[in-house]
Amino acid sequence: MERDGERIEITISSRFENIELVQVIAEHLCENAGMDEDGSHWIGMAVREAVANAIKHGNKLDIKKKVSAVFELNGHDLAITISDEGTGFDPTAVSDPLNPQNLMKTSGRGIFYMRTFMDQIRYSFQDGGGTSLIMTKNLAKGTGLATGKA
Amino acid sequence: MKATTRDVNGIEIIKLDGKITIGAGDQQLRDVIANAVANGKNKILLDLSGVTTIDSSGIGELVGSYTTATNRGGKLKLLHLPAKLNELLHVTQLITVFEVYENEDEAVKSF
Repeated sequence: MERDGERIEITISSRFENIELVQVIAEHLCENAGMDEDGSHWIGMAVREAVANAIKHGNKLDIKKKVSAVFELNGHDLAITISDEGTGFDPTAVSDPLNPQNLMKTSGRGIFYMRTFMDQIRYSFQDGGGTSLIMTKNLAKGTGLATGKA
Repeated sequence: MKATTRDVNGIEIIKLDGKITIGAGDQQLRDVIANAVANGKNKILLDLSGVTTIDSSGIGELVGSYTTATNRGGKLKLLHLPAKLNELLHVTQLITVFEVYENEDEAVKSF
């Protein structure tokens, strides 16, 4: 099923308990668009990681700062934008969790999971502060998992 | 997250139920493992059959738990890995780190 012009937006305060609200919207939107349950789950997981990063690293757990999520579905093309009010970061400085020296680290896998489950992710940094993460996925491609086991 | 512990032949079997996600279970898991190790129980089998959701923070805590047990001369192994958790460990290559079992008796004997 193709759905043209579907747009959903939600804004939450920076509380971890709000992450699931955004994740559930992502999963339902994908399932309504005809994505299978596993594929919808993995996109929901990418959204979970993105919102968690926005709350923790972007807004630094300041509940007065907001995180917004915009879902735009055109045909099979899904674009998800997660924005925070933080000062940004250098994406090229994020270490590779598959590097043997990083394998046993207790953090640093969130962006890797996003890249794994989505077709493309990119960051946009606003001059006055604020970071947006734009993730895209063609829902007709299936789960897109690197291992192809799900 | 709920953790239920029992001892089988000196192996601490910890069954985890619910979410291991950022702010909801990740710290709990760390505390459960720290308590077990502090009480001299460093042969740990984590039964993950009841885990409903896990994220990168939860995965990180599994890695931290493994390191905590290993640094005390013990071992931490995994039992009954849900399919999606198995996938998350595969894509990050952490599946090469953990010993994973589907049968509790076999897991207990392996320590």
